[in-house]
Amino acid sequence: MNLLAIETSTDVGSIALWRDGEVLLRACPTGVSHSETLLPLISATMAEAGLGFADLQGIAFGAGPGSFTGLRVACGVAQGLAFAHDLPLIPVGTLDAMALGSGGERVIVALDARMGEVYFGYFESGVALGLVGVYAPAVAPLPEFGGWLACGNGLVAYPALHERLAPFVSAWMPELMPSAQAVARLAAPRLARGEWVDPADAVPLYVRDKVAKTVAERLAEGGKA
Amino acid sequence: MPPMLVLGIESSCDETGVALYSTAAGGALLAHALHTQVVMHQAYGGVVPELASRDHIRRAVPLLRKVLADSGCSLREIDAVAYTQGPGLAGALLVGAAFAEALATSLGVPTVPVHHLEGHLLSPLLSSRPPCFPFIALLVSGGHSQLMHVTGVGHYELLGETLDDAAGEAFDKTAKLLGLAYPGGPALAALAEHGRPDRVKLPRPMLHSGDLDFSFSGLKTAVLTRVRESIASGGPLDEQQRADIARGFQDAIVEVLVKKSLRAVKDSGLKQLVVAGGVGANRELRRQLDARAAKSKIAVFYPELEFCTDNGAMIALAGALRLQCGAATKPAGAFAVRPRWPLADLLA
Repeated sequence: MNLLAIETSTDVGSIALWRDGEVLLRACPTGVSHSETLLPLISATMAEAGLGFADLQGIAFGAGPGSFTGLRVACGVAQGLAFAHDLPLIPVGTLDAMALGSGGERVIVALDARMGEVYFGYFESGVALGLVGVYAPAVAPLPEFGGWLACGNGLVAYPALHERLAPFVSAWMPELMPSAQAVARLAAPRLARGEWVDPADAVPLYVRDKVAKTVAERLAEGGKA
Repeated sequence: MPPMLVLGIESSCDETGVALYSTAAGGALLAHALHTQVVMHQAYGGVVPELASRDHIRRAVPLLRKVLADSGCSLREIDAVAYTQGPGLAGALLVGAAFAEALATSLGVPTVPVHHLEGHLLSPLLSSRPPCFPFIALLVSGGHSQLMHVTGVGHYELLGETLDDAAGEAFDKTAKLLGLAYPGGPALAALAEHGRPDRVKLPRPMLHSGDLDFSFSGLKTAVLTRVRESIASGGPLDEQQRADIARGFQDAIVEVLVKKSLRAVKDSGLKQLVVAGGVGANRELRRQLDARAAKSKIAVFYPELEFCTDNGAMIALAGALRLQCGAATKPAGAFAVRPRWPLADLLA
């Protein structure tokens, strides 16, 4: 099975080609926006592997949460590539991919969500415990017991979060970022099980869903229409 | 040059448009599909850029499927993918660009990044009675108010533009002052139909400025002053007073647009005026322009009503015409949107 995975939810972008379990991982050049580098990198990597788009069986993408723009670049590019060859899409949670990438069994993922918040989730054996949420560092829910591996740049961005988690964490990987390799590894078995979506139904997982106030809400708060 | 089939994708603001245009047999629009987000943004009193982006990404594939089904064309027949590169909302543009560039990469065809205003300028060429080059174009929408001298595809000279609000923006903002729900422009025009002429006399900004520039933000302020005066002297405005204000506002804006447009045509020595953009659908503007242009033996051309607002058809057309006149395509792949992109830069 040949699968292309795209991960651009953060500044650290990458793509991966999964070929029957063998993964070819390529990093997007840093310092340039993903829109400039992503498709040329995909084309070059496909050529390197001697594959055309018609040789793929599916395309996976890091669906989020993460940078809204980065998520849409990944999703839009995945949709466009897939539609041309009638390929299925496999959206993969960014934090799920980080949990897998950490190699830990019980993992806390904290990805900087900017605006004083983190995308935050708990994973055990690769399964999310509850929903991934967006929290202020002071109110992110704490675990009930110790022995967790904590990863993600949210730990660096918010020392207060690091401090609150410290009693429960036995290993830290603050430098771990989402990677297309983990996206590919999560997507391949899903594709094999038929867990995919049509390109028309592929959307980013934003998590931060309240992005504006309605007129009614502004008026209720005593503001202007 | 052999005939070409061009896919067009528009996503610069709150409308997702997809269309297929063929250059065969003199050129024809084969199919087009549009999704407007107006209802979604209504609750917010205006376009929320992040919500616009989130919606575009859900619409592109279904619209493309519809266009392919309606036209009977297959994806493999497409020779190039045109899309709006700018100006517009950065996030919204990026969705269309990402999808278009990836689709073209996967199909192995080039892309044509199109300037949104070029699409509007050329949109009257899609009508059953199209103008011929050269012509003067009045481009009036929620985001733009410009007069241009158009000598051919890619040859546009800016003659004048708004120094502040766009005409459509002034309509929407004034509508809000009168308590009309977003997007209030069309509702304001409807209200103005019931207004009495000259009951509310508003200034004609820059009518005698001697150039072809516009300014509309002062009109909105003038309306605000009138509304406050009326309220101070007799309580809330009744329906007739609101209609009179709407009429006064529309008459002022239409008079300025009509006089400056006709002056631009006369100065150029040409005999054709093209009106494009959402405000070009305004009935009073069309009535006044048609009446006064006829006296000066000037022919006025409008896009079909459905192509006045943003749409994919004009982008497919602009892409196809650019290809036909030998403009360079770009290999599909890297992309960058241009949220602020003066049309003048397109010429360089």
